[in-house]
Amino acid sequence: MSEARLIAAKTEKARGLRRNSSSKMVDGDRVSRGWMLVVTIAMVVAAVYFLFPVVWLLIASTKSTGELFTTNGLSFGEFHLFDNLAALGSYDGGIYWRWVLNSIIYSVFGSILTTFVCAATGYALAIYRFRGRKVILGLVMGSMLIPGTVIAQPTYVLLVSMGLNNTYAGLLLPALVYPFGVLLCYIYGQSSVPIELIEAARLDGAGEFRIFGSIGLRLMSSGLVTVLLFAFLGSWNSYMLPLLVLTDQNLMPLTVGLVGWNQSSITIPSLQILTIVGSLVSVVPIAVVFVALQRFWRSGLTAGGIRG
Amino acid sequence: MTTVPRLVEGAQRPRRRKNAAGGKRLVPYLFIAPFLVLFAVFLVTPIFVALWNSLFSAQSLGLGFGGVQTVFVGLDNFIRAFVDSDFIASFGRVLLYGLVQVPVMMIFATALAMLFDSALVRGKRFFQFAVFLPYAIPGVIAALLWGFLYQPAVSPLLQGLQNLGISPDLLAPGTVLWSITNVSIWSYTGINMIILFSALQAIPREMFEAARLDGAGELRIAISIKLPMIAPAVMLTILSSIIGTLQLFNEPQVLKSVTSSISSDYTPNMAIYAASTLGKDSHLGSAMAIILGVVTLLISVVLLKSRSDSKEGVGD
Repeated sequence: MSEARLIAAKTEKARGLRRNSSSKMVDGDRVSRGWMLVVTIAMVVAAVYFLFPVVWLLIASTKSTGELFTTNGLSFGEFHLFDNLAALGSYDGGIYWRWVLNSIIYSVFGSILTTFVCAATGYALAIYRFRGRKVILGLVMGSMLIPGTVIAQPTYVLLVSMGLNNTYAGLLLPALVYPFGVLLCYIYGQSSVPIELIEAARLDGAGEFRIFGSIGLRLMSSGLVTVLLFAFLGSWNSYMLPLLVLTDQNLMPLTVGLVGWNQSSITIPSLQILTIVGSLVSVVPIAVVFVALQRFWRSGLTAGGIRG
Repeated sequence: MTTVPRLVEGAQRPRRRKNAAGGKRLVPYLFIAPFLVLFAVFLVTPIFVALWNSLFSAQSLGLGFGGVQTVFVGLDNFIRAFVDSDFIASFGRVLLYGLVQVPVMMIFATALAMLFDSALVRGKRFFQFAVFLPYAIPGVIAALLWGFLYQPAVSPLLQGLQNLGISPDLLAPGTVLWSITNVSIWSYTGINMIILFSALQAIPREMFEAARLDGAGELRIAISIKLPMIAPAVMLTILSSIIGTLQLFNEPQVLKSVTSSISSDYTPNMAIYAASTLGKDSHLGSAMAIILGVVTLLISVVLLKSRSDSKEGVGD
């Protein structure tokens, strides 16, 4: 969904190279105190809106099932977080951690493979001239118009006929096709791998794959991190395809498992608090990593295409 | 682009980058082979499988104990989808949702980006973090969280309103669509804000100084200079948001477990899912997926076209 926007950001940033930042203080001179107050209030309101569900999640995770319904939603009850975590880990033979492991397999392992496939393809499209290159570029661009969820049902039908439903491969393999990643790698390859360097390496007797491994990948690395992050997010958030393809709960990723718990909590009330704590545990590491890497992926997002 | 002269084969072929020796002609194909194979199997094949699948139907033999037989039915599945008033209604529903969600989110994101770009915000880092944090939370988990906040038994929000004597039902048939809208606005405002913010930061600051010398106020500059300058970025984000609304699935599918106001064919994608799993009719599901794919494609083409037309109109 955000793919077209990335390109928008890129074109805008390209323009920004001309930007002169020395005039920032002129803005400051013109600021009136009244406006500042209005804006600050608006910002606080916005921050409350965006942080509210997260704050509630933090507080609710520390409550027992009973307190969830009897105490005010924004006040702490007795501190049950560790009991809840223990219950989360032991419920149904520790299925929750199995889901965590599955999500990591699909997302971490999957996105590394995806990035490698995209890197090799984008590099070849940028470095070599070969018959059919234009056709492949056209296919890559054209297929970006197909939203992932439209292709989910047909993919499901295909996987069933291949006997790959309810397998790790059934969810991993379709995710490896990431045309937007190929396009990004193509752009990075064009802008950051100088052909002179490759020719020099050839003269030194390095093979094409060695050149790709030791020069291409290294020079494209900042762009590859962007592709890796987006591929990771894509499969971490993916829901419709796993929901269709997997019925074995031992293979489910976190998203599918937690929603299943939420549905079952109508008949098994103790699952309600486990869903809440489970959501918290699934969100915290990803939010921390994401915010910590913010500067990195943000610069990849806006400046990656124009380097070199 | 490169100024270094080509020494060897450069003269024969005008291309900038090319394969060095004839024996290595296979190399680029080896690089792209994994992608091409995967592309063919998991992107091209599904389309043909869906087309083929949509032309058949599973019919039970005899009195229903005899098992099922797959028969060719031509376009029957498409006709069934088109006369299914619930399926057609689901398109209307996501359109209505998009009509509210996209403008509200874009106005929200643009306003926030403009404020962050101005010198009016103190504590910029914290507020940007707050606005962006929801993007790091998977859409499904966001829907789960808001699902709790929509239930009077656990929601501090509704408890607070109840104390004021207001008890809205956020999960009623008439309101649940807007509750879904709220979840996606919450989730996606942040990333749109970041993209528009970087577009704003890219505008050359000299333009503002010139406007100030001409006596323009900050508000005037925001409306007459900043907004037109980031218009292309705004258009692109709107475009992808509209395409996203047609695919609406995660949020209503998750909220469905806490309310009966969401039917199993509430959105086109939910109808496809329901037909393929609950209805056990993947043939109908494939026909519906093809219809949704074609509608999405048509809308993207129309939007892309109108975008390039309006550009020409401005005289770019």
